[in-house]
Amino acid sequence: MPSTSYLLGVLALVFSLTLALRAVPFAVLRTLRGSVIVQRLAVWMPVGIMAILAVTSLRSTVVAVPGTLHWALLAVAVTVGVHLAAGRRTILSVGIGTAVYVVLVNAW
Amino acid sequence: MTPHLPTPTLQPEEHTTRRRQLAAGVRDSFSAGLGILPLGIALGLLVVQAGLPWWLAPALAVAVFAGSLELLLVGMIAAATPPAAIALTTLAVNFRHVFYAFSFPLHLVRNRFAKAYSVYAMIDEAYAVAAALPEAERSGPRLLALQVSCQLYWAGGGLVGVALATALPAPVEGLEFALCALFTVLTLDALHARREIPSLLLAGVSVTAALLLTPGAALLTALLLFAVLLLLRHALAGHAADGEDGEDGEDGEDGQDTGTTGGAAHA
Repeated sequence: MPSTSYLLGVLALVFSLTLALRAVPFAVLRTLRGSVIVQRLAVWMPVGIMAILAVTSLRSTVVAVPGTLHWALLAVAVTVGVHLAAGRRTILSVGIGTAVYVVLVNAW
Repeated sequence: MTPHLPTPTLQPEEHTTRRRQLAAGVRDSFSAGLGILPLGIALGLLVVQAGLPWWLAPALAVAVFAGSLELLLVGMIAAATPPAAIALTTLAVNFRHVFYAFSFPLHLVRNRFAKAYSVYAMIDEAYAVAAALPEAERSGPRLLALQVSCQLYWAGGGLVGVALATALPAPVEGLEFALCALFTVLTLDALHARREIPSLLLAGVSVTAALLLTPGAALLTALLLFAVLLLLRHALAGHAADGEDGEDGEDGEDGQDTGTTGGAAHA
């Protein structure tokens, strides 16, 4: 087992790096406020970033439980269907979609 | 984009308003929690199974607070990986957060310390949920309540996992799908709020290419490609519109907030 000083050292190192990656862009952007490109990116980025997160988290799910891509895609379809049909209630859509996937994966 | 609501003057109902905003933030966190909690549990299990001390699970949730990186780190720490390699991995895996600053509504948080916390606690889920909320429904307290809740799910999940590791053989498989479901739903909502079809298509191209080229680092590659494509789009839009309507050309849906704040950025 690694020593406690190693563990604490790693925690301190990773803490400063993750914080810097989150904080420095805000500091840089503050100096670029009025710029057209920053304003455009602020409008253009969210939808795309979320779609990318959706796809890559779908991949991690399928990697974690191999051989379940078809169930995952079905569950995504259910999630989308519930969300559009039941008035965009996030918790409901996520809950039902997840339940469908978990049941399918554990039942087959 | 830096929209500015008029600073509210102190009203008698200020407290109930704030409480309602906090409650809304906690409610926002439920769907994210559905995905975070099982991951936290998985992290706790992993920590114990790797022979590491139990306190590392909550410590990672506090010091790192980035799900995928924490899961990676457990293995690296257990193998006593040199700090330089850990530093490189951290930079590579979490570099994506650089892009969130463009549209994370940090300006809503006024208190300095709260602002610092909000930056520190800007995880994928908090970014996605906060960015998907309509402009009018956002507020500083709501955002902070969401972030604090998410962190409690992480730390709490980790502790549950630590406890489970000694009791159960294996947790239920497939619960991580909740994150995929959450991001899918948030994509739909973001699209509903603003019909950014070009961005969605560019993101689709980016993530497809990333999955084919670097399946192991798909998220980072996809975000980098996406950023490059948006810069190209910016170059094209700039030349095509040349100042007249480049800004609001494609977001007529709710142009009132982008349109009015277009030139009114301030600190």
